[in-house]
Amino acid sequence: MRASTKLGFILLLTPLLLWLSLLIIIPHIDMFLVSIRERVGVREYETSAANYLTFFQEPLYLRTFLRTAVMSVLATLITLIIAFPVSYYIAKIAKGRLQAVLFVLCLIPFYVSELVRTFGWMILLRETGLFSNLLQWAGLADRPVEMLYNDAAIMIGLVYTSMLFMVVPLVTTMESLDDAVIEAGYDLGGNGLSVMREIVIPHATPGIVSGSIVVFMLSLGNYLTPTMLGGKDSLWFTELIYSQFIVRFNWELGAAFGFLLLLLSSLIVWGMLRLTGQTLKETMG
Amino acid sequence: MIPTIPQSRAIRLAYGAYVGLFFLYLALPLSIVAVFAFNDSQFPSLPWEGFTLDWFFGDARPMIGVFHERPILRAIGTSAFVALCVSVLSVAVGLSNAFLFNRYDFRGKGLLYILMLLPLVIPGIVLGISILVFSSTVANGLWEVAEYDVQALRPGLTLVILGQFSFIATIATLVISARLQKFDRSLEEAAMNLGAGRLTAVRTVTLPFLMPAMVGALVVAFLMSFENFNTTLMLVGSDAPLTIAMFDRLKEGSTPLLNAVSLLLMLGSSLLALMVILFQRRS
Repeated sequence: MRASTKLGFILLLTPLLLWLSLLIIIPHIDMFLVSIRERVGVREYETSAANYLTFFQEPLYLRTFLRTAVMSVLATLITLIIAFPVSYYIAKIAKGRLQAVLFVLCLIPFYVSELVRTFGWMILLRETGLFSNLLQWAGLADRPVEMLYNDAAIMIGLVYTSMLFMVVPLVTTMESLDDAVIEAGYDLGGNGLSVMREIVIPHATPGIVSGSIVVFMLSLGNYLTPTMLGGKDSLWFTELIYSQFIVRFNWELGAAFGFLLLLLSSLIVWGMLRLTGQTLKETMG
Repeated sequence: MIPTIPQSRAIRLAYGAYVGLFFLYLALPLSIVAVFAFNDSQFPSLPWEGFTLDWFFGDARPMIGVFHERPILRAIGTSAFVALCVSVLSVAVGLSNAFLFNRYDFRGKGLLYILMLLPLVIPGIVLGISILVFSSTVANGLWEVAEYDVQALRPGLTLVILGQFSFIATIATLVISARLQKFDRSLEEAAMNLGAGRLTAVRTVTLPFLMPAMVGALVVAFLMSFENFNTTLMLVGSDAPLTIAMFDRLKEGSTPLLNAVSLLLMLGSSLLALMVILFQRRS
């Protein structure tokens, strides 16, 4: 490299390295180090696996962890099932102006803070809320119905909050599928189902994978929706992390929890990429 | 199932109805928040007590409107300040990264690219606590060595800005890289043939070409920062940005004041989004 090119290279490399090392890599190593130490006295620490043992020995922690994972997988599946037909409609059936309008309509709710979206669902679902009033008015219930603070409410909120991150990649991948290919499928004797299974879904796989990864991540790491819609007993793993850090001030255990959450999400993301033969680079970048 | 393939009327109708229901589902929570901002009642719920603008302009208890509610106004200011810092920082670093990955080949490039993508797959709350833990390790270390307390490393706005920047920078990098890849290098060479230096060529040819992406990245970064919750929650000090301030109020019970703030937020972000669309159409 010429001297000036080299200088340019170093100048461009520095911000990247500073960002990744100081804000991503070293903090995570430090978090891991904190998670494997045990407090034995005032400002005295020993290296031990005590925090991880606590996690595996306390049924509440383990149950919350598994519950969060299962509910996040479920939320991802439901989002995919709801979003797929809509994305197909936008990508393949709607044309011209209608297509553009529908796509923008999908984006709008997500320019608004998650807090506002969750607040909207609280107004709809709570005891004095719209749905409860509607049911009473229609004569289907004779007293206010509380629909907030249960798992279904959490699920509605999670699916709603992450819908965009499924619709956008799905629409983008399905738009690139040539109509002629679908027609060829029918010409060769396929019906709606087999064309869907043999042509559309394989073509949309990259979109399905990247959408699912993002939705899963967002659900797993969500704090707001489970707390607001699930109430005190929502048992979401991020709440445990929050309470260890901010309420109990037990950073060692909190760091261990954080590390476990990171491990779980990395494992599932890696597994999904492995299963479908994709790489992080082509899925995210 | 595409328009050129004949389908039975019933299936087409059912499909259309499903898509219609989907958009109703999308619109419902937001419209309900907006409507109840005008309810003349202490609670954002039925019954409807009549139309009022007091939750925006009211200045006497019990109905103090947004524009007279000091803590909320201050929180909006804090959020805007944080978002401005985060978006400028992210676009600057994103631009630098885009040039690095587009123009140079070096050992470890692939690995660095993967590392650059990682913040997108780390849960926001984990990013928050890792930065919290690390910054207090550094702060405690400095205190023991030099008896010097660095306030910036304790929970507060500096950490909030760094925490949000740590993942928004990835998005800015991706947005700007995507446009830089479409750039025709021969334009830059032409400028250099006409006597421009390398930097001048980049400044007068490449940067104007990247401008739409940079503005887009700036706005997206601003909005993402403004509405960020998870990372901010772990790093916040005494100055709460708007999302945290609203969350604290929501826990205590809600009044239509929150609906009014939410409506303003919706208007604000739609306006920003509209500006970007117009800007990009013009260029």
